[in-house]
Amino acid sequence: MAIFVDDSTKVVVQGITGRDGGFHSKEMLAYGTKIVAGVTPGRGGQTFDDKVPVYNTVKEAVDQHGVNTSVIFVPPFGAAGAIYEAADAGCELIICITEGVPTVDMVKVMPYLEERSVRLIGPNCPGLLAPGIAKLGILPASIVKEGPVGLVSRSGTLTYEVVYQLTAAGLGQTTCLGIGGDPVIGTTFMDAIVAFNEDPKTEAFVMIGEIGGDAEEKAAEYIKANVKKPVVSFIAGQTAPPGKRMGHAGAIVSGGSGTAADKRKALEAAGIPVADRPMDIVPKLQEIWKR
Amino acid sequence: MNIHEYQAKEIFTSFGLPVPGGKVAVTADEAVSLAEEYGLPVMVKCQVLTGGRGKAGGIKFCESMDDVRTNAANILGMDIKGHTVHKVLITPAVDIASEYYIGMLIDRNTKRVLLMASAEGGVEIEQVAKDTPELIFKQPIDPRYGLLDHEAMDMGMRLCPDDVKMARQLAAAMQKLYLAFVAADASLAEINPFIFTPEGKGHAIDAKVNLDDNAMFRHPDYEALRDLDAEDPSERTAREANLSFVKLEGNVGCLVNGAGLAMATMDLVKYYGGQPANFLDIGGSSNPEKVVNALNIILADKEVKAVLFNIFGGITRCDDVAKGIIAATKSMDISVPIVVRLTGTNAEEGRAMLADTDLHAAETMDEAVKKAIELAG
Repeated sequence: MAIFVDDSTKVVVQGITGRDGGFHSKEMLAYGTKIVAGVTPGRGGQTFDDKVPVYNTVKEAVDQHGVNTSVIFVPPFGAAGAIYEAADAGCELIICITEGVPTVDMVKVMPYLEERSVRLIGPNCPGLLAPGIAKLGILPASIVKEGPVGLVSRSGTLTYEVVYQLTAAGLGQTTCLGIGGDPVIGTTFMDAIVAFNEDPKTEAFVMIGEIGGDAEEKAAEYIKANVKKPVVSFIAGQTAPPGKRMGHAGAIVSGGSGTAADKRKALEAAGIPVADRPMDIVPKLQEIWKR
Repeated sequence: MNIHEYQAKEIFTSFGLPVPGGKVAVTADEAVSLAEEYGLPVMVKCQVLTGGRGKAGGIKFCESMDDVRTNAANILGMDIKGHTVHKVLITPAVDIASEYYIGMLIDRNTKRVLLMASAEGGVEIEQVAKDTPELIFKQPIDPRYGLLDHEAMDMGMRLCPDDVKMARQLAAAMQKLYLAFVAADASLAEINPFIFTPEGKGHAIDAKVNLDDNAMFRHPDYEALRDLDAEDPSERTAREANLSFVKLEGNVGCLVNGAGLAMATMDLVKYYGGQPANFLDIGGSSNPEKVVNALNIILADKEVKAVLFNIFGGITRCDDVAKGIIAATKSMDISVPIVVRLTGTNAEEGRAMLADTDLHAAETMDEAVKKAIELAG
């Protein structure tokens, strides 16, 4: 079991013939992800990697193959358009990897998805990897292992760092999920935590936060009231100067709010241990998790 | 990207918001001739990308041409919170009977543009939010319909319960501000204050706009709004090389793949008593050209006494990254020690390649950070 995906997940990749889309589609296929179609307008009728049919529209891919999930590698100017298209064609889960999507575009996309009950992960995210089930995005398969830990993060490589340490310590994962570093994203920290809490296979989980917004504070409140499973956390950006965007569009301390110190305080007040260093995350989890 | 008041006002004017006229001057003579054009009294307002300009003495009310000349001469060249004033805005002064705050930003929780308005205008809104949050009214805006008439009017009446004419002007200003916000791809737009004259005429007398960097591709004209003088030279070079970079004050230069890991690396440098010199996300590429660009930016800072690469090879293979770093450093004349941490795919091969060079290889983040701090002295 995992969150948001299962054995019925059938995938279309939007932008499959592009450089990044092509590279990562091969990686996903190699992991056994059921990519049954690709979409690149104007490339309909071609075949990707000698096995995946390419269509001009997502609608055709849904009609021909019954896909229910889309992974998007479309450049920023077309990313919102690709999300609308996937939702309109009937995809229930959309993972948008694209970095640099204008925020106003995402604000407009949201009600369209809500009206159709579509789950979006991202944009500007590494996607999701459920070991043994599916890899939807760019998380490296080599570092994961099946097991009982859930992981949710706003970051990419920092997520890999932590997954790597979990795996090295023999702690496999149910799902590793990168929700993305933008201000307006589909699936939030809270959504992921609720899902991990309800997932019977997830016995404990790790949340990797960073400066900006108050998603970690909100998650802390929820965990305090509802979660019995062991949870540990880490917050990146303690040394970030205010008013500066630290790479991710959402990673900015503004008007004195969104600081790492505030987030840490809120998490600790909710009884969630916060690691000082990335390498303290696994030991902290082992400390509070009596298996 | 943050833009100046006068630039924000140009955007507001084009959306029909009531902004008193105004132009920028770069000399006291220009300031005087603009004041002559508008007629006295005028305001002389420093144009710097920071708040608290009034308190710092950068905004002056002028009743005579002598005032204009003296104040403009004083303010031009003034240092305001580390920002040098290169331009002043000369704008007709208006009589103020009441002041309001109108602002919009992206609200992460509702995933909408959020309208915030308050009758506590003309003061720092962060302070109002902290001390008396009940005095700030909020309205999330549904992107399908925009700010509806009744929503805007409701806000107007909350701010001006006794004067429907003023409430209507506020409501109209809010609706125009929303159209400007969306069309300009703003991440923040504020009118603080929106004022009424004793005759009941509304004016937006200050303006603040931050633009979404991600949307610059569809606003090529906004590139001209960028104030190159206000930008740190190294940050400009980084931006032009498409690297995400923020300059800090320390002596350990950091090159990291990924923004989250880059922040965590800075934090770890600090944790071990060192000072990071920068934030730099080099991305997933092992392209030597990109590494050269990044190193040039970091090494231009003479405070940097050691350089730390922190690379987690997921999709990117560590041996490729090592090859890129070796090629880049060979092509440059580098006098500071370099620590390279490689973990992940093909890390051992990568570290083996580094063994034949002057670069210090490390396996874990901790080890690498401690080594870099030690070498920085």
